[in-house]
Amino acid sequence: MTSSDPLTAALAAPIEADAVADAVRRATERAHAEGAVDVTYAEVDSPLGPLLAARTQTGLVRLAYRDFNGGTDAVLDHLSIRVSPRIVEAPRDLDDVRRQLDEYFNGDRRAFDLPVDLSLAAGFTQRILQAIAAIPFGATASYRDVAAKAGNEKAVRAAGNACSANPVPIVVPCHRVLRTGGGLGGYTGGVEKKERLLRLEGHPLG
Amino acid sequence: MPRPPFQRLLDEHAAALLRFCVASTGPIDADDVFQETVVAALRAYPQLRHTDNLKGWLLTIAHHKALDLHRARARHAVPVAEPEPPGHVDGHAPVDDALWRAVDGLPPKQRGAVLLRFVGDLSHREIATALGSTEAAARRSLSDGLAKLRQDWVPA
Repeated sequence: MTSSDPLTAALAAPIEADAVADAVRRATERAHAEGAVDVTYAEVDSPLGPLLAARTQTGLVRLAYRDFNGGTDAVLDHLSIRVSPRIVEAPRDLDDVRRQLDEYFNGDRRAFDLPVDLSLAAGFTQRILQAIAAIPFGATASYRDVAAKAGNEKAVRAAGNACSANPVPIVVPCHRVLRTGGGLGGYTGGVEKKERLLRLEGHPLG
Repeated sequence: MPRPPFQRLLDEHAAALLRFCVASTGPIDADDVFQETVVAALRAYPQLRHTDNLKGWLLTIAHHKALDLHRARARHAVPVAEPEPPGHVDGHAPVDDALWRAVDGLPPKQRGAVLLRFVGDLSHREIATALGSTEAAARRSLSDGLAKLRQDWVPA
């Protein structure tokens, strides 16, 4: 079966990449419509760098800084293990996420109107993230505040850990959580991103 | 072993899978057979035990979907013996009509063996698994199918 054999060469004739991409899109859209897909995702650009957005039937399950989380492959591997391996790329399915992020970064949106799926966070972490989700645009809270709101004001370290494990930064605004004395604290995407987000929301920093 | 995200399977194997669907069912039905293969694979994926040969697994599903289609066609056979129009359909590569007619005329196991080998690039052992036969039987189907194709098809 050398390639000089006209029969096997004809059998192996390739198909255009565009035709393959179209067929894949139609197939994954149908699978999604028929309930055979659990997670859809898309790569999204932002002023803070490239993001990966993923959603389940419940809501936005992951918003990852690709340059800070090992890239698309690593983020998808993690979703595959922790949520479901039935993951397909579906840019249209993330259109509302992309649009609301654009509006937010353009200064035209102060709150996200997106259902969120916190299934990547467990127990107390989830309660901390729910407390953080309630901090409005322009405001900040301390790690102690959110720990107290989640039901244990002594769990300041746990609050910090929950922030660094936030699966949906920006939308669950962990950048609004600061040290008790007003210090910035850390950030899941690097502290310079936290500064940019806070400036965007009108904080006079440094 | 953890399952890779399904999209990665598509990135790596969709081209071979679509080629296999076009070759085994013709350009008109290939898209639907491809879709049914992807849907069936996604449904089965969370329960899949062995993830060491995902391409073979996908092509096996496609082979079964193609067999289903051939059976359905036989049931609803139309009197005119004009299987598929030739040429460029729906963005797929130009189809060598005479070749696909010859492939279409092969018995199912021979067709499966030839296409899994030369379109899907599977090994003899993987072909045997897909056909549900022994490796010796798969080799026989392959060589019989190839011999018949060489008889029936003349390159344009």
